[in-house]
Amino acid sequence: MSAVFIFLAGLLLASSLAAVMFRRLVYTALSLAVAFASLAALYLHLGAEFAGFAQVMVYVGAVAILIVFALLLTRNAGSDPEHPGHGGSWITGAAIAVLVFGCLAFNIVTSSACARPMPNPPSITTRQIGESLMTRYVLPLEVLGLLLTAAALGAATLALEDKRKS
Amino acid sequence: MSGTPLVYYLLLAALLFSIGLGAALTRRNAILVLIGIELMLNAANLNFIAFWRYSPNPEALSGFMFVLFSIAVAAAEAAVGLALIVSIYRHRRTTRLEGMSSLKG
Repeated sequence: MSAVFIFLAGLLLASSLAAVMFRRLVYTALSLAVAFASLAALYLHLGAEFAGFAQVMVYVGAVAILIVFALLLTRNAGSDPEHPGHGGSWITGAAIAVLVFGCLAFNIVTSSACARPMPNPPSITTRQIGESLMTRYVLPLEVLGLLLTAAALGAATLALEDKRKS
Repeated sequence: MSGTPLVYYLLLAALLFSIGLGAALTRRNAILVLIGIELMLNAANLNFIAFWRYSPNPEALSGFMFVLFSIAVAAAEAAVGLALIVSIYRHRRTTRLEGMSSLKG
């Protein structure tokens, strides 16, 4: 286990835990950005440069900013009057999460597929990625373009709806 | 390069998934539930990249492409989900899930 992996994994776990535990919602958005950035660094560490930079652009650049905008637009909703200690639902949710992790970890540790050695780092160039996007994966790419257009139009329509009615 | 065995990446992704699941199940703010869902999606992406890196034939690029498409779909999902939350907030003046228990506009 390399030191870079330990550092990035610790940063990822700490910032994602902070993102879901903080009371102040602005801190939540900022630690979420840190979690996304450390995940991008993990992708770079694994040799997937293109996916790492896509992660930085899409998640750190767009999704985190979107969440900040949504938090600001819904700012008056009462910042956080929640009491996570009361009621049984909090305990139940946390227990389910721990249980799911237990099942996943048991299956991961006992699986034989994890014992395979690490192959040599693949030499994937951006040219190769672009060529396979234009040949083998061209239909998913077009469908994805359609989906993104529909999502952009749908999000704009949803957010504007109230203004049009009044 | 990195000498980390595959099992550590899988355990890290499982832990990240559980954190996201716990957030989605326990938090009462709709935006925080959406954040939990994003964390779970990212855990799946980390699994894809790790399996791609440790596969005997990484030149096939299958897991890698899956992550690229998954990132794009997750971005669309986040945009629509946050627009829904903002739209509900305009009607109800709340982002708490208890305030959204009926479908009447």
